[in-house]
Amino acid sequence: MAEGAGASMRAAARQPAAEAVSLRDVTITFRLGDKVAFTAVNSASLSVADGEFVAIVGPTGCGKSTLLNVAAGLLAPSSGAVSIFGRPLSGLNRQSGYLFQADALFPWKTARDNVAIGLETAGVPSASAKAKAQDWLTRVGLGHFGGRYPHMLSGGQRKRVGLAQVLIRDPKILLMDEPFGPLDAQTRQIMGNLLLDLWSADRKAVLFVTHDLEEAIALSDRVVIMSAGPAARIIGDWKVPLPRPRDISEVRLDKAFHDLHREIWQTLKDEVLKGYAQTGGG
Amino acid sequence: MNRLMLISLQVGVALVVLLAWHLLTTIPMSDGKPLVPPFFFSTPGDVIARIVKWFAEGTIWRHLWITLTEAMLAFVIGSVGGILVGFWFARQPLIAAIFDPYVKMINALPRIVLAPIFTLWFGLGIWSKVALGVTLVFFIVFFNVYQGVREVSPTVLANARMLGMNERQLMRHVYWPSALSWMFSSLHTSVGFAVVGAVVGEYLGSAAGLGYLILQAEGTFDIAGVFAGMFVLAAFVIVIDGVVTLVEKRLLVWRPAAADTRT
Repeated sequence: MAEGAGASMRAAARQPAAEAVSLRDVTITFRLGDKVAFTAVNSASLSVADGEFVAIVGPTGCGKSTLLNVAAGLLAPSSGAVSIFGRPLSGLNRQSGYLFQADALFPWKTARDNVAIGLETAGVPSASAKAKAQDWLTRVGLGHFGGRYPHMLSGGQRKRVGLAQVLIRDPKILLMDEPFGPLDAQTRQIMGNLLLDLWSADRKAVLFVTHDLEEAIALSDRVVIMSAGPAARIIGDWKVPLPRPRDISEVRLDKAFHDLHREIWQTLKDEVLKGYAQTGGG
Repeated sequence: MNRLMLISLQVGVALVVLLAWHLLTTIPMSDGKPLVPPFFFSTPGDVIARIVKWFAEGTIWRHLWITLTEAMLAFVIGSVGGILVGFWFARQPLIAAIFDPYVKMINALPRIVLAPIFTLWFGLGIWSKVALGVTLVFFIVFFNVYQGVREVSPTVLANARMLGMNERQLMRHVYWPSALSWMFSSLHTSVGFAVVGAVVGEYLGSAAGLGYLILQAEGTFDIAGVFAGMFVLAAFVIVIDGVVTLVEKRLLVWRPAAADTRT
């Protein structure tokens, strides 16, 4: 009996370490003025296991990106706890790579230098960082574009460079904020497949924010739904039972995909309408 | 329109203006005098002869060299000062806030009133002209660098931090290139003002330079000399501007052509 309890305690002690990202009762409040405060996210709890691909879906302006910024350490929560691989997070999350929604490449660096910089900051000599960067550009299908500056690349190509820039550092956690949002539908599918392809090589923990439910189901292992803001909460959590490896465009034809989509949409629909009502459709 | 066509039309404009000038100042009217008195407007022939004479005798080179030296020194010193103070203010908002009214005050002052003081302080040599140029160049570069450091995209900055950059690396890979791009976008203006500072300084009191040359000619009612000085000065500025364009093209190769701003 005592032995059994000890074993379960040890298991419990090990358990948090397996969680790459753990957010507990995270509340984020912004001060807008002396007396006005705006609560973006209210008491959200979320965990991402090591190697798990989790998508956060919610209506526009619900605070999904805010929550992601907390996981990245770019923003400290007003209350609640954030731990990364079982350790409380203070300052930036050094184990994570972040792919931004907006263009985040350095416009004054070539594609190759943009990718290499992530290694150079870690003290890797310039020559070997550039060689590695070239490898990564080839992996994202831009082997011949290393000498181009960001403004000479298309939106999809810039996202590929961004992906290489983040992945070259080999982060244990990948945080993605609607990374394919600005792209057209075809490019999004191609980028989604590229992402799954790269991810399947070493299965990092991924937290993927999107407003597109189909994209979320097609990519992830788990879909988390947030309510409309302000004071957005997490209101649903679904496992995605689709087998891997997946092809984004084919998986959409699967019956299981449709069933899950219908089920989640029942919950999401009301929130989306609420979100539209609040933002005036913007 | 192709390039050859454009250039021939541009040359055409110059020829028409020169021809009109020539006809108006040389063809006698019914009263035996030309419509425009050559005493006040000279003639193209006289002006060209004067320019040719200056270059043939080689007297012009010394004046050009002096003006160039003054403009270059003003540009370099003003830029270095502008970059340093711009960076300092942008990274220390408190300092910027304290000095803000004084910066505005000095910048609002018409710089030409400083010329007599600079002549007293630095003498009639090149340094009083350099100082005048510096006061002009400094503020252009300062405002652009200040803006460049402060207006780095927050996303790019967040990305840089997530990529593990420390404060020194942020400076080198993010703030510095951003500030430089702003500075270079105002390069035409700041180089132009460096020349203005030099020439105006010379005009107000000097012993050499293009401004001095024009002043001398004006003092003896030598209108051909004034016009010749103006033309040489214009050509000089165009050559410098061409060099700036070349430098800009090399250094701002990463910039999209559409965002090319000239302030």
